[in-house]
Amino acid sequence: MTDQSSDSSADGLTGQVAQNVAKATPAAVVRKVRGLSDRAIAWLFISPTIFLLLAINIFPLIWTVYLSFTNYRANRPGRPIEWVGTRNYERLLGNEDIWGYLQATAHFVVWTMIIQVIIGLGLALLINRNFKGASFWTTVILIPMMLSPAVVGTFWTYLYQPQTGIFSYIINLFVSVGPIDMIGSVDLAPWSIIIVDTWMWTPYIMLLCLAGLRSIPDYLYEAAEIDRANAWQKFWYITLPRIMPFLMLAVLFRGIENFKMFDMVVELTSGGPGSTTEVASINLKREAFEKWRTGYSSAFAVILFVTVFGLGNIYVKALNKVKQ
Amino acid sequence: MRRFGACLAAAALSVTAVTAMSTQEVQAQDKELTLCWAAWDPANALAQLGKDFTAETGIEMNYEFVPWTNFADRFINELNSGGKLCDLLIGDSQWIGGSATYGHYVKLNDFFEKEGISMDDFAPATVHAYSTWPKGTPNYWALPAMGDALGWVYRKDWFARPELREEFKAKYGHELEVPKNWNEVKNIGEFFQGREIDGKTVYGLGIYTERGSEGITMGVTSAMYSWGFEYENPDKPYDMPGYVNSPEAVEALEFYKSLYDCCTPPGHSDAYMVANLDAYKSGQVAMQMNWFAFFPGIAKDEDVGGDKSGFFVNPAQKVAASTLGGQGISVVAYSDKKDMALEYIKWFAKSDVQKKWWSLGGYSCHVDVLNDPNFPNTAPFAGDFLKAMDGVKDFWQEPTYAELLQAMQKRVHDYVVAGNGTAQEALDKLVVDWTEVFEDDGKL
Repeated sequence: MTDQSSDSSADGLTGQVAQNVAKATPAAVVRKVRGLSDRAIAWLFISPTIFLLLAINIFPLIWTVYLSFTNYRANRPGRPIEWVGTRNYERLLGNEDIWGYLQATAHFVVWTMIIQVIIGLGLALLINRNFKGASFWTTVILIPMMLSPAVVGTFWTYLYQPQTGIFSYIINLFVSVGPIDMIGSVDLAPWSIIIVDTWMWTPYIMLLCLAGLRSIPDYLYEAAEIDRANAWQKFWYITLPRIMPFLMLAVLFRGIENFKMFDMVVELTSGGPGSTTEVASINLKREAFEKWRTGYSSAFAVILFVTVFGLGNIYVKALNKVKQ
Repeated sequence: MRRFGACLAAAALSVTAVTAMSTQEVQAQDKELTLCWAAWDPANALAQLGKDFTAETGIEMNYEFVPWTNFADRFINELNSGGKLCDLLIGDSQWIGGSATYGHYVKLNDFFEKEGISMDDFAPATVHAYSTWPKGTPNYWALPAMGDALGWVYRKDWFARPELREEFKAKYGHELEVPKNWNEVKNIGEFFQGREIDGKTVYGLGIYTERGSEGITMGVTSAMYSWGFEYENPDKPYDMPGYVNSPEAVEALEFYKSLYDCCTPPGHSDAYMVANLDAYKSGQVAMQMNWFAFFPGIAKDEDVGGDKSGFFVNPAQKVAASTLGGQGISVVAYSDKKDMALEYIKWFAKSDVQKKWWSLGGYSCHVDVLNDPNFPNTAPFAGDFLKAMDGVKDFWQEPTYAELLQAMQKRVHDYVVAGNGTAQEALDKLVVDWTEVFEDDGKL
């Protein structure tokens, strides 16, 4: 009853405001707008956004798909554009180097996600204990995330320097193995980029996990205490299910970001040694803006888009199931 | 009313003053040129030289110097987008095919004829490499501006140490001297690798291994040219099988990899000019390959300059040959100040300007400079520069050079640094890549 009365008073107020606005609206505008339905007015308001969305997102996407079926080269404006059918796609999918780049990308994405989730969750559980100085340490841990990936890539090349870099020095304090060439070694280079990405982006996973942990009501743990649940049971049956949506969201965001990782890897390894760390986006940039094979690179971009979009959709469905 | 009149007069005066200032500014802007090049020592010398041009003509010179790592990306994109940033561009020799074909550069034949600038006044190798397209035809798109080739620098003071010389001779059976071929380069590299000199661990060689732009290709080709490498059948253009992947080419590539494996400092897996310079100047390596353009700086360096360093031309293995560097200066077709830019070219082509250009540290290509009998004595590396320019060989200068270059970067880095596959496989794949590029371009 109380709710109803407050609703009606709110309606009355809104109506009064609407009347005042209607009175203040110039007659010419009223005449023009009078003929429009609510839906039309709604469209009128959102049309600039839709136009922008079409212009800067949808049109380039459709244009890229079109270019992927042509031999277009952006550095040859006078050359006629020829329709080549699926030739670019056939070349791409039949090129074993492309599969190598995709493999390098998958290795990078999978391992960064696994390591960052484990460390990020651990840090979040630690910070959530609210010890003295927790806020200070949270800020310290978040600092790498605030840096530019290009800057991070550049200064890690110095840290990785086999003779003068601190990375090799620290490892040699524990195991005497001599200078470690992280960037020049085929075996170590993929891990060199995983380590840097983990250093930079684990705080992001930690932050989202922390948000999840802080949203768990205390009474659940109190009830578990009464049931004599041990620490592991509390974590497994309360903490993990409750923070799982947050964790999955973090993995989704980071997974998409890492799938298109470019700047940090370019600065660190330039895709080398050989093509060991040439992730898909680096090769895409080489094809599009160094070789100027616009049609071919558009086809590659479409393949990457469909892959990310497809995997993303499957993942979001899984996320929704977890939420339910 | 009087107050209003005063305000009006003040406003009118201000407007006049502002208009006058803007006109002056516009005129000043009209009398200035922007020259684009890479950010390195010779660019500073050119900026110094440009002051004479300003004094002579009243045209102010602005410079857009971009680090080598971004040089090609930055300026090729500028040309492709029809940008007006550069009035004059000192672009890489390999760009000339594309820039001529796609109309980025102004053709200079008529201008040369009108102004009496003769290409005979410049070293034939530099005219061929920096100015002409199609290659070898009298169609000129640039004036040779900066001659350059890949050479070598060594620690003369280390080579002079009697105990090292003795040990070296006992081990390799020849003197520790400037290497006469690539085998001797390797001997020297191995000898110095990991050696203690003055209490510091040093290494053998600084060679090019860079992946991103053109580094490893420039390094590898300096070996391949010495083994007699040819890009194509001299009688049948674009016929590459049996040439690009010839037994000599394979042997040279294998040799280059052996140098990388035996004799480079740890972490030298992505090194180009600056990395080699750093390794050499910090006393880390006994020898380095680098462009002659850097040699004046090395000769003057506080730590390794003077008598501490010696220079030599790329050693021959089967033939004497060096990888070509250097650039020509072109007028950008999209510039609004083409006349002034041509005026600069006319000034730069003068014999006395070219002499000053060499004295400031730029590598002139003018015969008045190079054919001067005293030229070899003007710098410790001058004689070797002349020798190198006699046998230079350049990478493809085709409009598709960037694709050709990227393919080679990948194939040779994959083999030399990453150690994937064999040299034969790397060059076989390169033939396939290059064939595809030429097929797409309608050349095959």
